[in-house]
Amino acid sequence: MFDLDRWNEIWHALAKNKVRSLLTAFGVFWGIFMLIVMAGASNGLKNGIVEGVAKFATNSCFMWSQQTGEPYKGFKRGRQWNMESDDITYILNNVPEVEYISPKNFGSRMNGGPNTIHGLKSGAYNVKGDYPEYIKIDPYTILQGRWINDMDIRDKRKVCVIGEKVFEQMFDAKENPLGDYLKISGVYYQVIGVIRPETNININGRAEESIFLPFTTMQQTYNMGNMVHFLAVTAKKGTPVSVVEEKVKSIIKLRHSIAPTDVQALMSINIEEQFKQISGLFIAIGLLTWIVGIGTLMAGVIGVSNIMLVIVKERTKEIGVQRALGASPRTIITQIMLESVALTTIAGYTGLSMGVGLLELVSKIIDSQPKTGNEVFFRNPEVSITVAVAALIILVLAGLFAGSIPAKRALMIKPIEALREE
Amino acid sequence: MISIQDLHKSYVTGNNSLHVLKGLNLEIKEGEFVSIMGSSGSGKSTLLNILGVLDDYDKGNYYLSGKRIWGLNETQAAITRNAMIGFIFQSFNLISFKNAMENVALPLYYQKVSRKKRNLIAMEYLDRLGLKDWAHHLPSELSGGQKQRVAIARALISNPKIILADEPTGALDSQTSLEVMDILKEVNDQGITVIIVTHEHDIAALTKKIIRLKDGVIGEIITNGDLQNYRNRLTQE
Repeated sequence: MFDLDRWNEIWHALAKNKVRSLLTAFGVFWGIFMLIVMAGASNGLKNGIVEGVAKFATNSCFMWSQQTGEPYKGFKRGRQWNMESDDITYILNNVPEVEYISPKNFGSRMNGGPNTIHGLKSGAYNVKGDYPEYIKIDPYTILQGRWINDMDIRDKRKVCVIGEKVFEQMFDAKENPLGDYLKISGVYYQVIGVIRPETNININGRAEESIFLPFTTMQQTYNMGNMVHFLAVTAKKGTPVSVVEEKVKSIIKLRHSIAPTDVQALMSINIEEQFKQISGLFIAIGLLTWIVGIGTLMAGVIGVSNIMLVIVKERTKEIGVQRALGASPRTIITQIMLESVALTTIAGYTGLSMGVGLLELVSKIIDSQPKTGNEVFFRNPEVSITVAVAALIILVLAGLFAGSIPAKRALMIKPIEALREE
Repeated sequence: MISIQDLHKSYVTGNNSLHVLKGLNLEIKEGEFVSIMGSSGSGKSTLLNILGVLDDYDKGNYYLSGKRIWGLNETQAAITRNAMIGFIFQSFNLISFKNAMENVALPLYYQKVSRKKRNLIAMEYLDRLGLKDWAHHLPSELSGGQKQRVAIARALISNPKIILADEPTGALDSQTSLEVMDILKEVNDQGITVIIVTHEHDIAALTKKIIRLKDGVIGEIITNGDLQNYRNRLTQE
């Protein structure tokens, strides 16, 4: 294997046809390079998206009301209606599969002009009414203070939790916001916490630019009665979200005299299904990556096989002489196979290194970007060691495969052919 | 050393069968210096291929130092060639990217002799053929005669019983041809059987026995005593 003569022969055989060897090696190089870069890119996309949503409760669904789409029980179609606080209690008591249920109301919006005042500063933010459970569905990091609790809900306390951006804009960096008051849409609220969202999922505006009030406080303060704008529900372990979703929807429809077949009155999003679709997409991207990559690689390998055939043909005489001098068929086969394996391995390894290098570079560039609010959905493009090892094994196997046909051809050369010039 | 009885060989191409050797009988004893002559198509190349275990035959017997050469697979044939036979070719057939010493050492490489040892032995043989100073030159830097001497050293290095030379002087001028023949004669003097295929009469006349092939059988064998007559006859022809 590590016989100097053997490698000497390999080197000379390949160096004799520099351009052709290089072009062929480029085929293999390109194949593996593309495979690595594509695999890395799809991983990067996956990492970016997964990092953005990983902590979000995937066993959740959300629903909200719209105008009815069908006439029912004497009501015309197009009726305006709302979910109500009583629905929540009823669902909790009657649907055992529900893990958490969290209603959410929306107050004044940030695009409606400045609605928040602190001292001389004013700003425009989204105001939302929430339940303590909501943080278990869409997790926030609590930077200071606390999140809304049951007593806030029960006593309808005039307190608020603010997003990170709200703190930065309404307070000085060194100021302690806890206990201080913000005037929001004309009413004063005491700040009890500062949060930072852990996901990229936003419901009605970015969480870091939002102000969260206790749900009941919002209903009362802004004259919403017992109206519920939006409902977040999670399913207990082992129950598909779609089951819970259907049960909750039919209960609500029943309680509000809405046709069971009405598809527009109560809209909903099933996060579990969304996640399934996304992961399906990633499987598809991954599959495509491998198909294209291996296809390119195959083209390169066939190229190697081709050049080996040419080399064998050119060296008919030489191989004949070697056999006349007593080289066994095995020596010849090993020779040809090693040449092919060497060519594919060197080319492939170069492709592998350069592909990984490129991914590292991209990764470094992305990481060195300052973290702005606008998160890129692309993070940490990487190739697992398994993929790299698999690629190397494929390369060596491909080299053997590429060498086997020319080796067979070399064996068919009778030494006689070397004896005579004709 | 070599014993051939009723040897038949045909080449089949498509529907055509060409019967080349038609029941040839031949005995060559150890230490003989023989040339095989014959017009083209007489079967001398075919015979040489069979003698060199490079090709098989259809019918008959071929004994090489007492052992019948028949039905060998490629590996066995390669081992036999390596151990028994040294080849010399008209076009030298040196490996172009190996220097003289490496070319000479090649048969030992196939015997798995270590690099250091086989290069040492190769130098010995090159020295014997007066090429020590050329050991590290590539074939392209050598003259025709030098190349053939390297080829002879390569044929000798594995200590063969027989040297098979196919037109060894075909590519050389007459002065160099004589030098090469002198070397082959020296080789023969050491007891190695030398068989030369040639179509040049004066080269053949330098051997001790001439076998003339005609239409796939032995036409005529001229031995040592008759060589003078043969030479005279040639000049008349």
